[in-house]
Order: sequence, then structure tokens, then C-alpha cells
Amino acid sequence: MSKTVTIDPVTRIEGHAKITIGLDEAGKVDTARFSVTEFRGFEEFCKGRLVWEMPSLTARTCGICPVSHLLASAKAGDVIMGLRIPPTAVKLRRLVNLGQIIQSHALSFFHLSSPDLLLGWDADPAVRNVFGLMGAEPELARRGIRLRSFGQSVIEAIAGRKVHSPGIVPGGIANPMTAETRDWMLVGLDAAQQTAEEALELFISMLGKFEREARAFGTFPSLHLGLANDAGTWENYDGHLRFVDSEGNVVADHIDVADYREYIGEASRHDSYLKSPYFKPLVEDSDDVFKGVYRVGPLARLNVCQTMGAARADEALQAYRETVGGTANSSFFYHYARLIEILASTELARDLLNDDAILDPMVRATAGINHRRAVGTSEAPRGTLFHEYQVDASGLLENVNMIIATGQNNLAMNETVLQIAQEWIDGHDIPEPVLNRVEAGIRAFDPCLSCSTHAIGKMPMEVSLLDHEGAELDGVRRG
Amino acid sequence: MRETRPTVHVSFDGVEHEAFVGESVLECARRCGVTIPSLCFLEGLTVWGGCRICVVEVAEDHRLRPACATQVAADMEIKTETPRLRAYRKSILELLFAEGNHVCAVCVSNGNCELQDMAVFCGMDHVRYDSQAPPREVDSSHPKYVFDQNRCILCTRCVRVCDEIEGAHVWDISHRGEHAEVITELNRPWGESLSCTWCGKCVAVCPTGALSYQGRAIGEMEHDPAMIKRLAVARNRGEWLDPGVMT
Ligand code: SF4
Ligand code: SF4
Ligand code: FES
Repeated sequence: MSKTVTIDPVTRIEGHAKITIGLDEAGKVDTARFSVTEFRGFEEFCKGRLVWEMPSLTARTCGICPVSHLLASAKAGDVIMGLRIPPTAVKLRRLVNLGQIIQSHALSFFHLSSPDLLLGWDADPAVRNVFGLMGAEPELARRGIRLRSFGQSVIEAIAGRKVHSPGIVPGGIANPMTAETRDWMLVGLDAAQQTAEEALELFISMLGKFEREARAFGTFPSLHLGLANDAGTWENYDGHLRFVDSEGNVVADHIDVADYREYIGEASRHDSYLKSPYFKPLVEDSDDVFKGVYRVGPLARLNVCQTMGAARADEALQAYRETVGGTANSSFFYHYARLIEILASTELARDLLNDDAILDPMVRATAGINHRRAVGTSEAPRGTLFHEYQVDASGLLENVNMIIATGQNNLAMNETVLQIAQEWIDGHDIPEPVLNRVEAGIRAFDPCLSCSTHAIGKMPMEVSLLDHEGAELDGVRRG
Repeated sequence: MRETRPTVHVSFDGVEHEAFVGESVLECARRCGVTIPSLCFLEGLTVWGGCRICVVEVAEDHRLRPACATQVAADMEIKTETPRLRAYRKSILELLFAEGNHVCAVCVSNGNCELQDMAVFCGMDHVRYDSQAPPREVDSSHPKYVFDQNRCILCTRCVRVCDEIEGAHVWDISHRGEHAEVITELNRPWGESLSCTWCGKCVAVCPTGALSYQGRAIGEMEHDPAMIKRLAVARNRGEWLDPGVMT
């Protein structure tokens, strides 16, 4: 008799998800399904609203990484107006995105994932969380919290004029930067960089312990997508789209973001609200969207770029490439890539701040509605984000399409769950540490599924054993 | 120069004041430094008396009356702050919030909104009624301004200022009851209006995020209703006329 194991909801990721693992008659893992049971359809909700309101509307409706939505949306607004925004506005937008990457990656690494990495997958779930980490590694935990809060302050100083008034607007930035703000940021960056370097060192020193994870946490060939520039440096704000394959060969390059639909298809699945984007040219007429599976986010970005464009981060990138074998194909290395991105962000932020142009008060351009369609992108901490708008002649939204990073990793997360389940599940039960590994596989992608942060690690979790007709044979609940 | 207008005695919450014959309870209260909240009233425009936020109690019959549309009378005992008044004002605000779309967090006027201020002033911290917020079209056809019906509270300030101060009469009210709405140019898109002079007075006086400038992001709209008082006073005094032409 075949059995299905359902883990619902997954904990310590942001949102609600469900994992269903199907065993074959021999009790071996046969299928694995990762699906999202809650997602907000805010594309409908935005119709009829003004393009100027879109940054805030989208940032609020999907508030996990608001800066990424603000940026993608404001950039779409720039295109609708036909504007080239002031150079300082570009710099400030880049800076705020670096702040976002720092804070979000710090949350993912220190709060959500390091309890597993440092305390072990098999540790008691009651301590395997950020509070347990506080007890075991107080200094590290404190630094992680400070790093995150530094990133948040950068965001607040640039993007939050005051509560509810985002400073990232179509046309540029609402308020110029003051010398005072620049000065405290420069001071804070030193500690941020030091924390990033130490976390990186610690992670590298632990790598030996995680050989099995590195092999079985979603190691499979896939494409990787990210924004790219002609200089070959790590890009997170502008540029064009580039796909590379699992060996690092460029599969498609110099794709204007406006043409993303020619390369990215979106499949809907009956059991999940999350769309499953895939690389179109590899799927073409076949039904198998898994042929077009690609990954986005830190792992993909590091595969897509040649260098980080920052001295220390480039040294780290070199060591990373030696470890992962050039192009990284194990989802476990998302953690590693994330830490390198934090380091690069601190260095690149310093470069931006050391340029006096950052204080130029000319930060906003204005214009009316000059184009009907626009695509705005940004590299969110979790990966490439697309906002596509269609407006009428007066700037009211007629159509909205968004492709979020987590959606693009959807197929890859499925692969990852299957692989972990096959590696660790043996028999008809799933011990807690194995459950935790399955979840951790998902957590490596740092998915942002809807709107809540489950940072405590002991959330209610339900595991059901279902027979092939859907009847529950056995159930485990925790939390 | 001393005012020579005839006066009568009134009291606000037990305190005696002198009122000019013919002035409204609201005008008298403001002159005497007594606070009565108001929303549709705007100094410089005719009185509309529609929102009922300014209700006060008058001792003789305990009826609620709109202070902006009630004339003072001799020995009137006026109460401006009673539990009953507070409850009424709150309910009125709750109904206004429930009627349209007032998700302040994504509104151009967030932080600069008289409706929001009034909710704070009256202690309206939640809405007991189900939100109606029927989807209404946003008119963004005007090159300079945007009209978002979803945030309109039908105070008619725009209607009055356009008619009485600018003399263009672009705005009107159409329909009744829950279907009532303000319209431009006899229900044509604002951008197609031939009578609109682009003066922006309607936008200046709107108490909410219903009228705003094009291109404003969330929280960036600031209104200037006091401008109308300045204009009205200046007009009454004929300040912009060539003294030689004044009669
Ligand atoms: S009009 Fe005022 S009360 Fe209504 S949503 Fe805007 S800020 Fe809030
Ligand atoms: S548009 Fe503004 S001024 Fe005009 S009636 Fe509505 S709320 Fe009042
Ligand atoms: S202010 Fe008196 S009724 Fe509106």
C-alpha cells in the first residue's frame, strides 16, 4: 500500500506551506510535493489604481521584502513615464537594496537557519531556534541581530520618510540623503562587514560537517537566473537578464527585462497558489515544466556573475567556487552564497557612500504618462522580482503581473524536498530530525510565502500519513 | 474700532459668552476659543450642514443641531461635549470610514487628512460597521489633478469652492442616498472639461485623499484649505481691485 506523508505547515519559513511525501509500496519515497496553501492575489486588487500608488500598494500587500517591491514597482513607473531618473537617485536605490539584502540575509542566516547549522538538525526542537542560539552562541546571535538592524536602519533612512510614506517613488527617491545619515551609515558598515566576515569564516569552518547535506539538499542540475551587467559584476538593481546552466555556460543573455515573457513561462498547479515559472525555450511543446527548472536568489546570482565587484567578497567568491566546483548546484550552498552577498553589500554600500554625489539633492524626476506597458525588476534578497504593468492613458492600472522570487524557485524546491526525502526517509515513519531536514531544505531557499515570520522554530506542525485514497493512517502534531 | 453689531448672551458648557446676532453657533464658538469639530464647514464658503460632525446640544429641547448651520439666540445654553455628542460624532465618522475605501496606509493624503485628524480627535479607533467600499472609478484624466471617488466623503467643499469662489461650477452632486457622488462637467471625465480653469481650488480644500495632484505618491498630498479664507476675505475687502475703480 502506498502512503503519503504530509508536513503542514512548514515552520521557520515566512508563510504557510505544506509538504506531501508519497511512499511507494516498498516504503520508498516516490513523490514529493511542496505547495503553498496561502497566497494573496493582489494583482486583481491593484487594477484601477494609479501607477504612482503601486510601489506602496504592492509593498504593503506583500510585506516581507517591501523594498524589493518598491524598487521593481518604482522602476516600472519610471518606464511608464519614459524617464531616466537622476544618477543620485539610482545610487540611493542601489544603496537601499543593499540594506535590504543585508537585513533579509541576516534574518535568514542568523535567525532562521543557524539554529540548525550550529545546534544540529537533531537538536531538541525546543532549543533549536533563535533563543537556543542565544544561549549557545550569545555573541554570534547578538551580532546577527545587530547586523539585521543595521540593514533595517539603512532602509528606514532612505525608504521610509516617515511611517507609511515610502521614499522610493516612480521618478526616483522622495528625499535626498543628508550628510549626517551618510556618516552614521559609514560608521555602521565597519561592524556590519566584520560580522559578515566572521559568519563566513564560521560557516566555512563547519562545511566539513555538512557533506551529506551539501550532497543531498537539492543537488541537481538546473538553470540559474539573475540580473547581469556588461562588466560581469554582481548585479542587484539594474541590467539585463541572464540564464546560465548547471555548468556555468551562458544559455541566454542580454535579455531586456521587458521581454521576459519570451523566456519565462508560468505554469499553475491545482494544489498550490504559487505559480511555477519555467524557462520556456527548454520546455517548448512538452508538458514537462521541470525541464525548464531554474533557480533564482543568492546561489543563482553568484553563478550568473563573474565577480562581486568588491575586494573582500571577491576573495570569498574565489574560495566559494573552489568549494562548490565552479557553478554551485547544491541548494545547501544558498547559505554560503548569502553570506558572500552580505559581505559584498557592505563593501559596495561603502563605495556608494564615499562618493560625494550621494548627497546631491537632485533625486527625483517627474513626467506624465507616456507609455502603456512597463516591466520593472529588482533582485530581491530571494531572487529576481518582476512587476509588469499595463496602464490606460491616464495612468490607471489595467493589468498587473508579478513574478516573485519564491515562485521561481518553486520547481527547484520540489526537487529539493524529493531529494532530501529520498536520502533520509527510510520506512513508514518520519522522525523529527528528518522532518526538520525536509523543512531545512526549503528554508535554504529562504522562501517568503506570504506575510508572517515564523522565527521561533516551534510552530505548530502537522504530519499526516495518508493512504492513496486520502484517509489519514497516522498523525503527528507538534507545537 | 469697537464692533457695534448687536449682541446676545449665550453659554458654552456653562460658561457665558457674548455672541453677535446672526452668527452661527460654530462661528461664535471659534471666536470665543471653544472647540467644536467640523468637517464640511469651511470658512469662506457657504454653509452646507451635511456632515453633522459639528452637532451640539441646546438646553431648551436637548435636540442635536449642527453648530455650523444654527444661529445663536439670546440665552442659548449650548453643550459641546457630552457623552451623547461624543457617541454621535464617533458613529458619524465610523459610517464615513465604512462607506468608502479608507485604507490610510496606501492613501496619498495619509498624514495630511482632515478625516483622519477628526478620527483621532474624536477617539474613533475602530469601525463597528462592515466596510462597504464599493469599487468606484478613479478619474485621472485631468493633466494636473486626480479624483479618487473611493475617498470622497461628499462634503461638497469642491462643489462650493468651484462655484462660489472660482465661478467655474465644474462640480455637482448627482444621484441620491448611497449612490450620491460628486461629478465633474455634468458627468464627463474631468480631463475633458471645458469649464475647468485648472485653478486647483477644489484640490486645495478637499479634506481627504479624494482630490490630489498628479504624480503624488503615498502620503505626499498636502491640502491648503486656509487659502480659501484668505481669498474670501480679500474678495470681500476688494483687495485686488484698483482703488480708483472701487465704488
Ligand atoms: S482620505 Fe483620509 S481617512 Fe481616507 S484613506 Fe485617505 S488618509 Fe485615510
Ligand atoms: S472630492 Fe473632496 S472636497 Fe469634493 S466632496 Fe469629495 S471629499 Fe469633499
Ligand atoms: S461641519 Fe457642520 S454639518 Fe459639517
